[in-house]
Amino acid sequence: MIRLSRWKVIVCVLATIFGVLFTLPNVLPQSALAQLPPWMPHQKLNLGLDLQGGSYLLYEVDITALKKERLNNLIEDVRTTLRENRIVFSDLGLVNGQLMVRITDPAQADEAYKQLQTLGQPLPTGGREVTVQTAPDRHIRLFISDRAMEQEAVQAVKQTIEIIRRRVDALGTREPNIVQQGSTRIVVEAPGEADPNRLRAVIGQTAKLTFQMVDDTVTPEDIAAGRVPPDSIILPEEDGPEQQLAVKRRALVSGDMLTHASAGYDQFNRPDINFRFNGQGTRRFAEATSQNVGKRFAIVLDNKIISAPNIQEPITGGSGQITGNFTLEEANNLALLLRSGALPAPLKVIEQRTVGAELGADAIHAGQVSTFIGGAAIFLFVILAYGLFGWFAAAALVVNGLLIVAFMSLTQATLTLPGIAGLILTLAVAVDANVLIYERARDEARSGRSIMASIDEGYSKAMGTIIDANLTSLIAALIMFQFGSGPVRGFAWTLSIGIFTSVFTSVLITQVLIAWWFRAARPKRLPILEETPMREQTR
Amino acid sequence: MKWWPLIKILPVKTRFHFVRRSKLFAVLSVILVIASLIGCFVPGLNRGIDFKGGTVLELSTPQPVQLGKVRAAVNRLDLGDVGVQTFGTRDDPQGLRHVSVRFQTPTGADPTATVTRVEQALNQALGQVTYSRADVVGPKVSGELFRNGILALAIAIALMLLYIWFRFELQFGLGAVAALFHDVILTFGLIVALRIEFDLKLIAAILTVIGYSMNDTVVVFDRLRENMRKYKRMPLSELIDLSINETLTRTVITGVTALLALSGLALFGGEALRAFSIVLMFGIAIGTYSSIYIASPIVLLWGVKRGEDAEIITPHGARP
Repeated sequence: MIRLSRWKVIVCVLATIFGVLFTLPNVLPQSALAQLPPWMPHQKLNLGLDLQGGSYLLYEVDITALKKERLNNLIEDVRTTLRENRIVFSDLGLVNGQLMVRITDPAQADEAYKQLQTLGQPLPTGGREVTVQTAPDRHIRLFISDRAMEQEAVQAVKQTIEIIRRRVDALGTREPNIVQQGSTRIVVEAPGEADPNRLRAVIGQTAKLTFQMVDDTVTPEDIAAGRVPPDSIILPEEDGPEQQLAVKRRALVSGDMLTHASAGYDQFNRPDINFRFNGQGTRRFAEATSQNVGKRFAIVLDNKIISAPNIQEPITGGSGQITGNFTLEEANNLALLLRSGALPAPLKVIEQRTVGAELGADAIHAGQVSTFIGGAAIFLFVILAYGLFGWFAAAALVVNGLLIVAFMSLTQATLTLPGIAGLILTLAVAVDANVLIYERARDEARSGRSIMASIDEGYSKAMGTIIDANLTSLIAALIMFQFGSGPVRGFAWTLSIGIFTSVFTSVLITQVLIAWWFRAARPKRLPILEETPMREQTR
Repeated sequence: MKWWPLIKILPVKTRFHFVRRSKLFAVLSVILVIASLIGCFVPGLNRGIDFKGGTVLELSTPQPVQLGKVRAAVNRLDLGDVGVQTFGTRDDPQGLRHVSVRFQTPTGADPTATVTRVEQALNQALGQVTYSRADVVGPKVSGELFRNGILALAIAIALMLLYIWFRFELQFGLGAVAALFHDVILTFGLIVALRIEFDLKLIAAILTVIGYSMNDTVVVFDRLRENMRKYKRMPLSELIDLSINETLTRTVITGVTALLALSGLALFGGEALRAFSIVLMFGIAIGTYSSIYIASPIVLLWGVKRGEDAEIITPHGARP
């Protein structure tokens, strides 16, 4: 013990300073924190949603819907291609996820095959997105390769995250956390946002905007009977689903050609949305409106018709308004959605957790009280049990607590309510290392060693056990981290940090303290040894 | 002061015959394990929404809530089995104004839209309502969470076996794992017996129990291994008794510390942590018991190879 190496003292002092410095921001009031010099750490503990309140949303990107939409688009592409080349066809439709079409005139079959092969983009890995095959009886079969679909799904998820980020940022919610989970899932965590409805309304809407011509050859009776030409579709109106209109499937212009959208008021002082197209959009809209003066077009959002105005004159300026039955808030939200772009695939909420700020504050209070009481119980017991050596262990516990809070603040790991339980338990189990050492030292002293030798032996012999015992806890914590989610991960993280700091403080800090005490007091016998030292009986 | 520090008045050297009594305790443990296993199926675990899917809403109103009104409002929506319960908080210990509502999302319905419908119905029935919590777990997610939870427990036990095998010997590993199964199954038994809601937090609690129980077992095993080298000819059963007795002071002090610390959590940690800390406390107690009466005696059952001395193991009372 006399040969207490200098590095041990230095490491202990440095660790204590580190612990104090990084814990400090958590206990200082906000005003004092602002006055800290810039070289001091400012980061506080990162409280989980269960402690500070907020919303957690788990979304799944609907890949099946993406596939379906992709195939529907392909049908339209096939129809257009064949028409443009004046190829007569029939029976265009989906059979078992594959697209089939029958070419009426055998003489045109080769031409049709050739033209359809131009559909879809070439893949970077070779081949094309769309595979075209001839089938018996003048049929042509088209399908999208699995690999292309997979790539598209990956792309869609990435794009969705980007769009969600833009939308949530525009809401002004406090630093939301958006991360991908697995291949098709997205987690959105918004601390402080206790009303998930607003968040959901903004994130979940596909916001696919299209301008489509109304098919005026279709009569209301046809719509009621569901009779429409193959290139038209019946869509409900936003204001009342019982009102329906038939519109052309092909979009004149779509939301991705918008460069600007904002909420405003029309001449009757009703909220509306002002928008502007990009060059391509302007050109296509001008063309379409010039050819169709006097006819109606429909403004369609997520397969619902918002409005279907008459074209009074060609619109060549590339800007316009969308009027509908909006409140100002709806108009604002919609403008936001249009600006940030449409989701490539529908999103579904598959898990949602919301905690109100008040409940979070209650949880923090409960956590503080129980940490205090738990800590006090540990202190009292260890001092009662080991006297002076108990004080040393208690001092190590204080440094341990500081270090855990410091590391949690530094790494900005999330502290959750179960995490607080993990903290208390860690402190309790940290004592175990000291108990192991002290008991060893007593054994050694009983077998007649000098006080110095028994303490030294206590430390060195207990070390193996301490490492073994803590490694098992670490394994359990790592598994929790791997398989757990949310609060459980917070618990595992607190536990893992605690295991490292515990071994460090219970071994090193107490060692330095005991060595100092030893030099100062020069004790003759171990204070934790029973009054009447008893030689261990040999058996 | 004669009694302080306490350690001075603890018996210096205990001579309990743990191994001799382990048969009795083994019978007791087997009965409890079987009872717990049966309990896991009948009446079965009380799965929370984490593992069952569905929704929990927690709400409060300025005046005391009439539960009948809440029930009637939600029942009108035809959601099937609806659970309505009051719960206490810091500012309302009797739980007069705080209610939790649980329900399942009808198949095919949108879960979050269902929540909105329920909230509207409750707003209408109760007037001013504040929602403090809304948890919605879809059926796909709940299934995955349950599978992952059970998988985590299985992997934890398997890794512990490997670790002990690697650090000690296979026989020790088997003893440790038998003790772990014992602890985990009895903890499940407690969860069933107290009708505690089985959720993600409890998986974390059980994993912690696994970690602690192993911790305890390792300390005894460590001493056992050391004593095996020290007293080469002492019969294994006596060695085990000796090792447990030698580490008993530590076992008691560490166990009591952990239980004291957690009792603070159970008493003051609020509703959210009560079940969690009770399970932890039970697990720590049972983990301590199992390292003494399950893990070590099982090592004896299998026997351990002890090099050349293996053949010279002498009957009781042999001295080197």
